[in-house]
Amino acid sequence: MNQNPFLQSLHWLAESSRWSGPDGIPIRTLEHLGYTALGVVVAALLAIPLGLAVGHTGRFKGLAVATAGAARALPTLGLVTLFALLMGIGLTAPLLSFVILAIPSLLAGAYSAIESADPATVDAARAQGMTELQILTRVELPLGMPLLIGGVRGATVQVVATAMLAAYVGNGGLGRYIFQGLGSQNYPQMIAGSLLVIALALLLDLALLLLQRLTGPRSARTP
Amino acid sequence: MTIHSTRRHLLGALGLGGVALGAAACGSSDPFEEGDGTDSGGNGGGGGSDGGGAGTIAIGSQAYYSNEIIAELFAQVLEAEGFTVDRQFQIGQREVYMPELEAGSLDVLPEYLGNLLQHYDAEAESASPEETHIALGEALPEGLRVLSFAEASDQDSYTTTADFAGTHSLTAIGDLADVDEDLKIAANSEFDVRPYGPDGVKTVYGVEVTVVPVEDSGGPLTVQALLDGDVQLADIYTADPAIAENDLVVLEDPESMILPQNVVPVVSEKIDEAAAAAIDGVLAELSADDLVELNRQSVVDQASSADIASGWLTEKGLV
Repeated sequence: MNQNPFLQSLHWLAESSRWSGPDGIPIRTLEHLGYTALGVVVAALLAIPLGLAVGHTGRFKGLAVATAGAARALPTLGLVTLFALLMGIGLTAPLLSFVILAIPSLLAGAYSAIESADPATVDAARAQGMTELQILTRVELPLGMPLLIGGVRGATVQVVATAMLAAYVGNGGLGRYIFQGLGSQNYPQMIAGSLLVIALALLLDLALLLLQRLTGPRSARTP
Repeated sequence: MTIHSTRRHLLGALGLGGVALGAAACGSSDPFEEGDGTDSGGNGGGGGSDGGGAGTIAIGSQAYYSNEIIAELFAQVLEAEGFTVDRQFQIGQREVYMPELEAGSLDVLPEYLGNLLQHYDAEAESASPEETHIALGEALPEGLRVLSFAEASDQDSYTTTADFAGTHSLTAIGDLADVDEDLKIAANSEFDVRPYGPDGVKTVYGVEVTVVPVEDSGGPLTVQALLDGDVQLADIYTADPAIAENDLVVLEDPESMILPQNVVPVVSEKIDEAAAAAIDGVLAELSADDLVELNRQSVVDQASSADIASGWLTEKGLV
């Protein structure tokens, strides 16, 4: 039994019984993805419009940068514990924490996307009689799209890697394997859970990187 | 739940990462190593102190505030007897510190009967504290022994609110069999695979429960889930002051399904008769209520382990 735990974790993953049922890998992975998506979408609804406004008007930029920077320093496990004490166990506490985790990247991505547009181009658009909304949606946003997606990419990878904390307060997701493995010294299970999270994070990172490339302005895309 | 205890546990949660790092840093042994203790002498001595001299007794503790208080009791009583003590507290988990004890870089560590036995014999069945103590004496590797055990214990429990216990007239775990609703217990997720988890309680008492995983080891989140009514039961360690503070009811376990976790020191050969007698003096006095009160002073009054220990030892006339 003194096998390498990494090899044992591959055996753990290979067992067919792990791939079905309510505690099976497909369900836990879907739960994990669901928590991630929910966290990033809610954060995006808040942070992206705000970031676009800050980038376009140039107002409150110092405040946005400082807030985003400070929020990055918040430890997510501490937030989950704090919110769960205030609101009880369940999904609300971890989701709120994931939203806070995702906001800095999204906010920074959105305002730097708008800021990256060449001021001369923006002035040209304004001189042609475009409204401010048209400048934002037809000039600044298309030019800065890769940076905006870059923000989404950063936020998604952070949240998917942290979503295991949902299991800390009575939810599902891949964190269940990790916490149970840790607590019962079942290290192969713990490593298997971690490998699944790593695989998800790499997949999402790659998919969003691809999207980032595809959304670049055509001139920048030609080799 | 008081603000103080909440804040303390929050600090604990925030510090978790740091503790884990610290634990990883102070043991050079492989955490995946099987805990049979035979091959750990060679690589186990990396992190512990080397004792500082023949007369020095190195006392360790788990990274658990209650365990540190007990270690401090041992330290102060030994110092009062004229021994020199080197405190190596907050050493994380059993997988880290047991090799250090086996290698001789630690001499005393407060342990718990059942958990220590399971570390050496994963198949160990639950039994009375006396039987567990004997089994533990046989299971320990050469060079280590346990002294006598205290009345005080800190073990898993099926705990409920006074309200729920009153409504369904519950005093023992078996009474749950007559409760006509789905029973959920908030506990660390490994509770699911423990012998006293859902399978055990079904076999021994015919009670069906499902585990709602709350991973703070019976801490404030688990208590909160119980008080909020998200669960009807919670696994709260019996020396936790939160039980009395929130008027909770620990259901009795007449069949000894749950492993007894009486406080028991595991010691190296360096502990001679005089030192053992001093430590035994503490164990003889340490009642279950005493341990809860010591924990309460830490969690609620935020007193330091050293102050709590010296206060108790003076009160009992041990120093």
